[in-house]
Parts: sequence; C-alpha cells; structure tokens
Amino acid sequence: MVKDKITIINLNFWYGKKLVLKNINFSIPAKMITAIMGPSGCGKSTLLRCLNRMNDLIDGARLTGKVIIDGQDIYARSVDVYELRKKVGMVFQKPNPFPKSIFENVAYGLKIHGLRDKNMLYTKVEQALRDAHLYDEVKERLHGPALELSGGQQQRLCIARAIAVKPDILLFDEPCASLDPIATAKIEKLLEVLKKDYTIVIVTHNLQQAARVADYTAFLMLGELVEFGPTDRIFKSPRDQRTENYLTGRIG
Amino acid sequence: MFEERLTELKEKLLLQASQVEEMVSKSIKALLERDESIITEILERDEIRVNEREVEIEDLALTILARYQPEASYLRTIMAVIKINNDLERIGDHAVNIAEHAMYLLPRPMVKPLIDLPRMAEIAGVMLKESLDAFSQGDENLAIRVCRKDEVVDGLYDQIVRELLTYMIGDPSTIERALKLILVARDLERIADLATNIAEESVYTVTGDIIRHHRSDK
Repeated sequence: MVKDKITIINLNFWYGKKLVLKNINFSIPAKMITAIMGPSGCGKSTLLRCLNRMNDLIDGARLTGKVIIDGQDIYARSVDVYELRKKVGMVFQKPNPFPKSIFENVAYGLKIHGLRDKNMLYTKVEQALRDAHLYDEVKERLHGPALELSGGQQQRLCIARAIAVKPDILLFDEPCASLDPIATAKIEKLLEVLKKDYTIVIVTHNLQQAARVADYTAFLMLGELVEFGPTDRIFKSPRDQRTENYLTGRIG
Repeated sequence: MFEERLTELKEKLLLQASQVEEMVSKSIKALLERDESIITEILERDEIRVNEREVEIEDLALTILARYQPEASYLRTIMAVIKINNDLERIGDHAVNIAEHAMYLLPRPMVKPLIDLPRMAEIAGVMLKESLDAFSQGDENLAIRVCRKDEVVDGLYDQIVRELLTYMIGDPSTIERALKLILVARDLERIADLATNIAEESVYTVTGDIIRHHRSDK
C-alpha cells in the first residue's frame, strides 16, 4: 500500500494579481519519485517551491490552501521555516555550490544546525558524499575548491549538501537541465538509489526523463493539475486529452 | 530500472513458453492415454493462465516502450517479445483444439494405432523448446536448425492425411474420427509453423536480419 508523504489541498497561488496555480489537489507518495512535468510557464517550479515555502521570499506572492507534510500544514503559523527546510531539501537547476571547499559545502548545513565535533562532521560529510556517488571522485581533494568540479560533479555535490542534514524529502528543480547525457544518467541512477531513503519530487520539462525515473507523474498545464497517476499509466494511456496531446508533441 | 523490467519481461515470456509447451505435450498425452482429467486441466486451468499472462506480457512490453524508448537490439528484443507472445498464445489455442478433439475421440474406438501423430507432436515440441532457447540465448544457428525441422513436420502431416484417407475410403464409419485425427495433425503442423516464426524472430533479435518469407534460401 502506498503511503502518502505530502498532501496538497486546494492550493492556489498568485504572483501579484496573476493566479499561477489553480486549486491543486493531489498526494505525493512516500519514498518514491514523483515527477511534475508540463510546458514552460505551467507553474511546475512554483508548485515545487510551495513544498518548502521557497516562495515566501517573493514579493507579492500569496497562497491559499494547504500543504500537509506528515500530518502538519507547513503554512500553519507555528511552523519554523528553517526546521521545515531541514526536512525538505532542495537541489536547483543550475548547480550552485558555495565558493568554498568541497568539504565545507557539505559541512555547511551540518554546522548551521549546530554540529561542531570534527570527527562527527568528517564522518557525516564522507557519508553524504558517498550517498551522492561523488566521494570516490573527490576524496583526494576534499579541501580543494568546489567550483573546480565539473557541472555534473557540482550537481552531485549539491545533492550531497542537501542530504547531509538528513531531510525526509528532496525537491529537484530541473536537476539535469544544464548537464550532458552522461552526467544526466549518473544523476538519474542516483535518484533511483536515493528513493529508498527519501521522498523525491522532481520538476522536469524533459518528458523522457519523467518517463525514465518517476514512479508517479503529475501533468500540469496553465496552472492546473491535468492528470496525476502512476507513470506507467500516464505514459501508456493518459486519461485526459490534454496529456495525450502533450505526450504526442501536439502542445508544449 | 530499464534492465530490470526487460529481464522481467523475458522471464515472463519464458514462463509462458514453458507452460504452452507443457499444454501441447499434455494434449497429446490425453489423446494417447485416453485421460479425461488431463483435458479438464488444459481447458479449465492452463488456457486461462496462458491468456492472462499474454495480456500481462503485452502490457509490460508497452510500458517499456513508452517509458524507456529502447533503441537498436533492445528495440528488436521488445518487438520480438511482442510477436513471440502472440505466437505462444496461438500455440496455446492449438493445444486447446487438440484437447477438444481428444474429448470427442475419448469414448470412441481408435481408428488406428497412433504412431506418426506422437512423432509429429514430439518434433513440434522440440522445435518450440529450441526456438525459445534460440531466443533466450541469442543463438542464431539453433534458430536456423529449428526452421529446417519444419519440413519434417510438414512431411509427417502429409503422410498422416494420406493414411487416414485410405481408412475413410475403406470404412466410411471412421470418417468422423479420422477427420478429428487429421485436425489434430493440422494443429500440430500449425504449432510447428509458429515455432518456426519464433525462431525467425530470434534471428531478427540477434542480427537484425529478417529471414522469413524466403525459406528456400536457408
């Protein structure tokens, strides 16, 4: 039986006067990969950013409805946003390591959450790098600058940074958009492994990527959730004509 | 993920093949040993399972195509699986036909001792098994040998028809029973043809060459 991790209820979202998400309702299953796909401007990144309140920072952004994670509405007054973001990590389209060493990039989150013990820190950084399938490539130069890594390595470093603080949920916003096919394949393989421990939500405009990696797929168009279901079904026999049109290249 | 599902697909197909193979040998066994319980098993259990599995295999093959867009040898493999799946289901149908003919013949006296029919069944069974071996092992030479055996089966079929015709001419009361036996032979001949198809699909999977429709070259 599939257990839900995130439940989105009657979610509406505005940038100023523009309504960009229209009454979204669906549940994201635990320890699976859920892809959000749709044409540019459909609101998929906005929806992803609603899941860890990244939109809070944007002027004129307004939201109604609920996003419930583990039974709690993350938009409730009592919620500490920093605790929330510890639980819901995020990796962005363009790898964005800090201009520090590889080690410091991964240790950063652990340090701000109060970890000071050097040995502990080292163990956790190593583990995160291993889990992100990066350790073997960088173990000789942990204190070298992160910005000297290749794009694909930088992206895996960002994943290591995100998982170092042991979140429950990992959000990926077009994680492979700036990577070549080989680096992309490595990230996809990594996602497959990570889903054993994390609930993963990935935004992608790349249909084939959604098809390859996701267990569940949500199709968004013009701010509306057109269809959500198991990826097998969505790609084989979508129920909504708009999904069919998108998959067969007639829109998008 | 793709590799796992492709393996699952091939395993399901091989499972289907072994069940269908068993159905064919059981149908002939029912006829030879005049055993009604075997017929019941084929009609009430085996056929249903084979049909269900056929749908499962097709569904999984479509899922793999939709989600992973396989290319080159992977694409050929899935194409072959879809066709072999169809062939196997048809073979299952022929086994059911044989079981039904056997049902008619069971309470009636034999027209003649059955000699060529079991031989035909044996060769067709071996062809079926070998065609699947050729597919699963990617053995092109074995596949070509299977295709050649089809001629032996065709020869036996002609011989059985000729022989039974003489019985029918000699004693018209045997016509109905002899006809049933001819139909059984016909089913076996079709099974061998379908095994040949499977062998041809195997060659296509391995080499990308289409060898059907010009058998005389082989």
